[in-house]
Amino acid sequence: MSQDGHLATATAATAAVPDSLAEPAVPVRAAPPSAFQRAFKNTSVRIGGFVVLVMMLIGLTAPLTTSFSPTEISPAARNRVPGAERMVRDAEGKQTKVVHRMGTDSLGRDVYTRVLYGARVSIFVGITVAVLSISIGLVIGLMSGYFRRLDPFIMRVMDGMMAIPAILLAIALVSLFRGGGLFVVIGAITVPEIPRVVRLVRSVVLSVREEPYVEAAVTVGTPTIKLLWRHVLPNTLAPLIVQGTFICASAILIEATLSFLGIGIPPETPTWGNIMAEGRSVFRLFPHNILYPGIFLGLTVLAVNMLGDGLRDTLDPKMAKRV
Amino acid sequence: MLAFILRRLLATIPVILVVAIFVFLMLRLTPADPAAIIAGDNANAEQVAAIRAQLGLDQPIITQFFIWAGKILRGDLGESFFFKKTVASLIADRVQPTLSLAVFTILLAISVAVPLGVLAAAKQGTWIDRIVMGFSVMGFSVPVFVIGYLLIYFIAIQLNWLPVQGYTRIELGVWDWFRRMILPSCTLAVVYVALIARMTRTSMLEVLGEDYVRTARAKGQIERKVLFRHALRNASIPIVTIIGSGIGLLIGGAVVTESVYTLPGLGRLTVDAVLARDYPVIQAVILLFSLVYVMINLLVDIIYTLLDPRIRY
Repeated sequence: MSQDGHLATATAATAAVPDSLAEPAVPVRAAPPSAFQRAFKNTSVRIGGFVVLVMMLIGLTAPLTTSFSPTEISPAARNRVPGAERMVRDAEGKQTKVVHRMGTDSLGRDVYTRVLYGARVSIFVGITVAVLSISIGLVIGLMSGYFRRLDPFIMRVMDGMMAIPAILLAIALVSLFRGGGLFVVIGAITVPEIPRVVRLVRSVVLSVREEPYVEAAVTVGTPTIKLLWRHVLPNTLAPLIVQGTFICASAILIEATLSFLGIGIPPETPTWGNIMAEGRSVFRLFPHNILYPGIFLGLTVLAVNMLGDGLRDTLDPKMAKRV
Repeated sequence: MLAFILRRLLATIPVILVVAIFVFLMLRLTPADPAAIIAGDNANAEQVAAIRAQLGLDQPIITQFFIWAGKILRGDLGESFFFKKTVASLIADRVQPTLSLAVFTILLAISVAVPLGVLAAAKQGTWIDRIVMGFSVMGFSVPVFVIGYLLIYFIAIQLNWLPVQGYTRIELGVWDWFRRMILPSCTLAVVYVALIARMTRTSMLEVLGEDYVRTARAKGQIERKVLFRHALRNASIPIVTIIGSGIGLLIGGAVVTESVYTLPGLGRLTVDAVLARDYPVIQAVILLFSLVYVMINLLVDIIYTLLDPRIRY
C-alpha cells in the first residue's frame, strides 16, 4: 500500500520536474514487515528452526562425525555402557582405541552412530509426509470446496477416515503391505493426515468464494482454474504452512512409534524408533539404548512443534485465536 | 432432546458405513487368500474351495460386503487366523485392561489438566503460566513410550515403589490391579493432560474478559469461585470437545502403553495381530475402536445441551 503511494508520488514528481530523477518529494516510509518477516523475528520460530537445522546437519554430516558403520554388527562388543572403550584391529593389524560414546546395543552396533544416522530418517519421514499430505489434501480440498456436487461425497469419506484414530489407521495400512519398507510407512502415515488438510482447505475455499473480489472475478468470466490459482490458493498458503509443520512433528512421532512397536521401518535401518525397539529387551540393565534416541526424538519433535506454534502466531493469527 | 439424540445417531450412520467399507476392503486388498489361510497348509484345492464357498468368497464383492456386514451386525466377527478362537471371545478377554487404562487415564488427566489450565489462565503471563504451557508443548513432543520407560526406570526399578510391568485382573485382587494401573495411566495421561490444559487455558482466557466475570469480581465474589463457578462453566464447551476428540489420541497411545507395560489389552492384541497378519482381528479391533470414538463424540454433543441450556437443537 504505502509502496504504491510512494511510487505514485515519485512518478508525479518526475512528471513535474523531468530533469531531476533524484530525491522523491515525499520521504520514503519503510513498508510494514510482512507476515513472513514477522515470523522470522519470532522467538519460538527462531529457537525451533535452529534446533531443526542442527538436527538436519547432524544427520547429513553423520559420516564425518563417527567412524563406525550404523549397521555393522560386532558380536564381541555387545551391550557396552556409554563411554566404553575398546581396541579395534584394522586390516594391517594395527590396534586403535575406539570409544562408544552412547554404548552399544545387544548386537554390538554403536548407538551414537545409529542415533546420528537416525536423524536422517526421522526428518526425511517428517518432511515427506508433510509435503505429500498437504499436496494431496490441497487438491482434494479445492475440489471439495469448489465443486458442490463432489462435496458431500468427499466429506463423508473424510469423516469416515477421521473416525479411525490416526495411529490405528496407520497400523492397519502398514499391516496390508508388511515388509514394504520406508515408503509404505510414509504412505501409511500420510493417509490419516489427509482429511485434516482437506477440511482446512475446504473451509478456506468456502470463506474465500464469498469475498466480493472473487464474485467480481467470476462475473468477468475468469476461468475456474485461474480463479483457484490466483485467488484461492494464496489464501490457503499461511494455514497450510502452519498445518504442515504440525503434520511433520506428528509424522516423526508416529514413525518412531510404529518402528518401536516393530511394525515400521525394517529393524536394521537406523531410526530412533528402531534403536529404542532394539533396546527394549535389555532395558533394565542398559537403559541408554532408549534414553539417547528418546532425547533426540523428543528434542526434534519439540523443536518442530515450537516452530509450528511460532508460525501459527505470526502467519495465521485467526487460527492462533482458535487453538 | 430425544429427537435430537435420534437425529444425531442417524448422522453417524454414513461415518460408520465408510469405516465399515474401508475395513471390509482391507481384507480384500491383501494378497493373502483368507480361505487358504483358514484351511491350513495341508488342505487340498477342493477343501479350500469348500471353505471359500462357505465364507461366501465366491460371490460378487457387493454381495460379500452385505454377507460380512450382516454377520458383524449379528455379533459374528469371524475367527482369528492365529489364535484359532472366535474374534468376539478374543476381544471380550482383552477388554478389561484397556478399559481400566482408559478410565484411569481420563479421570487422572481431567482432574490434573483442568485445574492446571485454569491456573495458567488466571496467572496469564507469569512464570506459572509459562511452566504449564512449557509442560504442555513437552507433553505433545515426548513419545509415550519414552515417558513410559523413564517412569519404569525411576519409579519401578530405581525406587522400587511400584511393579515394573504386567497386569492383574481386577477379580484377582483390587489392590494389585490398582497398583499396576498407576504407572501406565500416568504415562498415557501426559499427552492428554497437555491437550486439555492447553485448551482449558485458551478457553478460560476468552471468558475471563467477559462482563459477567467483572461483575462477579465487583460484587466481591472470592477469586476461586469466580474462576471455577462463573468462568469455567462458560468455558467448558471447547474443553469437553477436546476431551472427546482427544480420545483418538488416547486410543493410539493405549496401543503403545500396553506394549510398554505388557498389559494384555486390545492395543497389544492389535500389534500382535499385525505381526501375525491376523486380518480378522485387525478388522474387528479397528471397527470397535472407531465405533467407540464416534459414540464418545456423540456423547459429547449431548453433553453440550446439558452444559449450556441455551443450546437447543
